Amino acid sequence: MLTNLLLILVSSIFVNNFLLSRFLGECPFLGVSKQVETATGMSVAVVFVMTMTAAITYLINYYILVPFGLEYLQIIAFIVVIASLVQFVEMVIKKTSPTLYQALGIYLPLITTNCAVLGVALLNVQNPYNFIEAVVNGFGSSVGFAFALISYAGIRERLALAPIPKALEGFPSALIGAGLLSLGFLGFRGLV
Amino acid sequence: MIQEILYPLLVLGGMGLLFGAVLAYASQKFYVEVNPLQQKVRDALPGANDGGCGFASCDAYAQAVAEGRADINKCVVGGQAVAEALAAIMGTDAGTVKKRIARVMCKGTDNNAVKKYKYHGVKDCRAANALSGGDKECEFGCLGLGTCERVCPFDAIHVTAEGIAESDEEKCTGCGMCVDVCPKNVIQLIDISKRVIIFCNNHDKGKRVRQICKVGCIACSICVRQCPEKVITMDNDLAVINYDGCTNCGACIPRCPTKTILNLDEIISEVVAS
Ligand code: SF4
Ligand code: SF4
Repeated sequence: MLTNLLLILVSSIFVNNFLLSRFLGECPFLGVSKQVETATGMSVAVVFVMTMTAAITYLINYYILVPFGLEYLQIIAFIVVIASLVQFVEMVIKKTSPTLYQALGIYLPLITTNCAVLGVALLNVQNPYNFIEAVVNGFGSSVGFAFALISYAGIRERLALAPIPKALEGFPSALIGAGLLSLGFLGFRGLV
Repeated sequence: MIQEILYPLLVLGGMGLLFGAVLAYASQKFYVEVNPLQQKVRDALPGANDGGCGFASCDAYAQAVAEGRADINKCVVGGQAVAEALAAIMGTDAGTVKKRIARVMCKGTDNNAVKKYKYHGVKDCRAANALSGGDKECEFGCLGLGTCERVCPFDAIHVTAEGIAESDEEKCTGCGMCVDVCPKNVIQLIDISKRVIIFCNNHDKGKRVRQICKVGCIACSICVRQCPEKVITMDNDLAVINYDGCTNCGACIPRCPTKTILNLDEIISEVVAS
């Protein structure tokens, strides 16, 4: 049981990393990765939203949609969950940390349309997970997201100071960096 | 049959109600005071978010205005009308919004300027500039590949058939996007009321300019002596006007041997006449 959970955790963080192996959620990955600080804030928000989404959508799917034979409503139902969660997180952040709210800007509402979050919900119901496994998978995926986002932000902070050819400044170098990082994550394949 | 409609309705409707209630409660609990003044100011702004005011967004500018940190006449898109609206909200005097226009300080068209090689690359001035400064012998002039044209959100700057970018006074809002993107730094924002302009950016010595461009400034300093207001000076072999003092008298124009100085109103009336 425990080893099973551990396996799910490791595989969702490293092997099936949402950003670098599945290539979901690239928009915030490129958008908020200029500074480690904002990347961290975004990551915390995503960890919260993703874990909660995994839990709530699991319950909704197995206790409401499946008994009524309404599986075809999965996407719309999950989006309702995600949208309200994001709204909620937005309100909390606005209240507790206006500076973080400023820094995240439009990327916060964009979590709503972040395919990684919906991805977690949909992949969870495709796999025969039980509730705990689903939540662990959601949490692991979001930690993997945070892990990739923050390390990438660290790289970009250094890139900003490095002397790079004019033509590669900004997005070109960022994309090349993302590609290399993704190649690095390939190394985790076969770990689980 | 009825179930197939009823159940989805109930399920989705119920979820909507539930989440709506939670959010309504949260919005009470986490309510943040917004300055009502800021909201009013924001509503009066055009919402173009072009950054012309020097703030990141219309929201940021509205906040600064409401807190008295910024002048009310900074919005270039909105112009005088918005400045007056903001003045009414803030209870101050509108003043005048100075409208500035992007001017491409170069007339080195394909006929006027000598090329040093044939450029067949990407249609982008920055790319061309990376190849030993572009295809013109003159390293200061407009490359005419229209990078500015493509960034302008207002369709206000275009490369003419002669291969030089020219801005459209009517459409230009002075946001300065083209100024930032031009690799040659040949675009300047100049007050719209200033009509006499030295259309050259070349700092080379006169002898070299004569070899490479028919309309380049050759640093003869005649205009400097002609100007009654004494606002033209020589900056590293290029005549520049200090526009603050220029009265549009045009005394410098007829004496310039290379016809580098132009009066915009005359150009416009010539176009109309022809
Ligand atoms: S003004 Fe600058 S950006 Fe525009 S066409 Fe000329 S060189 Fe290119
Ligand atoms: S990009 Fe340049 S030409 Fe276009 S509106 Fe802004 S300042 Fe004017």
